Amino acid sequence: MQKAEGKRQKAEGRVLALVLVLVLGWASGGPLLAQQAPQRTPAQEGFVPVDKLPSAQEQLPAAPLVMAAYAVAWVAVFGYLISIWSRLGKVEREIQAVSRRVEAGGRR
Amino acid sequence: MNKLFLVLAIVLAAMFAYAPVLIVHAPYEATMGLVQKIFYFHVPSWMAMFTSAFVCGIASVFVVFAGRKDADRVAVAAAELTVLFGMVGLITGPLWGRKAWGVWWQWDARLTSSLVMWLIFVAYLLLRKYGGAGSEKLAAAVALFGMANVPFVYWSVNLWRTVHPTTNVVMTLQPGMRGPFWFCVAAIMGLYVLMLLARVRLEHRRAELEQLYLAVED
Repeated sequence: MQKAEGKRQKAEGRVLALVLVLVLGWASGGPLLAQQAPQRTPAQEGFVPVDKLPSAQEQLPAAPLVMAAYAVAWVAVFGYLISIWSRLGKVEREIQAVSRRVEAGGRR
Repeated sequence: MNKLFLVLAIVLAAMFAYAPVLIVHAPYEATMGLVQKIFYFHVPSWMAMFTSAFVCGIASVFVVFAGRKDADRVAVAAAELTVLFGMVGLITGPLWGRKAWGVWWQWDARLTSSLVMWLIFVAYLLLRKYGGAGSEKLAAAVALFGMANVPFVYWSVNLWRTVHPTTNVVMTLQPGMRGPFWFCVAAIMGLYVLMLLARVRLEHRRAELEQLYLAVED
C-alpha cells in the first residue's frame, strides 16, 4: 500500500517537473523569439537581381501525364470495341429468338 | 463480322506491339521533353474526330434532304465515334497542357471551339436517344451544325491568338518524329474505319430486328 502511494507521488512529481520545465521554457524563449527580427525575403528588400530569383520552372513529372494520356486513349478505344461487341451479340440473340417465333407462327 | 473483328484485333495487336516502341525511340522535343509524346495519340485522335464529324455531317445531308435510312445509320455510328475520339482529344490535351502551359484548361479559341463542337455531337446522341419518334431529322440538322464547326476549330489557331500551337506543327515535324506520328495516324484512322463499319453493321442488324418484330405483330 505504501509502495503504491510512493509510486503515485513520484509520478506526480515527474509530471509537475515537466510542466515546470515547459512553462519556464516558454516564458524565457517566447520573448527571445519575439525579439528576433523577421527574416526578410529578397523581394521585400525592393530589388532582386535576376540571377537571385527562385527557379520558376515547375517540377511536375511528365511521365504520369504521358501514361495517363495513353491509358485514356486505349481504355476508350477498347471500351468502345467491347461495347459494340456486346450490343451486337445482344441484337443477334434477339434476332434469333424473334426469327424462331416468326417461323413457329408461319407453321401454324 | 467475325472476319472484321479478326482484322480489328490484328490491327490493335500490331499497334500495341509497335506504336509505343516507335514513340519511345522518337526524338525528344527540345522545350517540352517527354510530355510532348502525348502528341502521337492526341493529334490522330482529333484527326479521327474531324473525319467522323464530316462523315456524320455528309450522311446527315442525305437524311435531311432525301430521308435515306441507310445514311441515317452511318450518321449515328459516326456521331458516336466523333464523341469517342473527341473525348480522347479533350482528355489528352489538358494532360499535355498542364505540363507545357502550366494550366489544365484555357478558355481560348481552339480549346473552347473544340469543346463546343464535341458538345454538339453529344447533343446529337442525346436527341437520338431521348428525342422520340421522328427525331432523326432534327438530330441530322444538329449534325450539320457540328460539321460546319470543323473548319472553325481547325483554323482557330491561325485566326485567333491562342496558347495552342498552329496548324503547321505537323508539316514542320523533325524527320525522326514523322515516322512514329504517321504510323499512329494510320493505325488510329484504320481503327476508326473498322469501328465505323462495325457500328454501322450494328445499326443494320437493329433495323432487321425491327422488321422482324413488325412481322411478328402482323
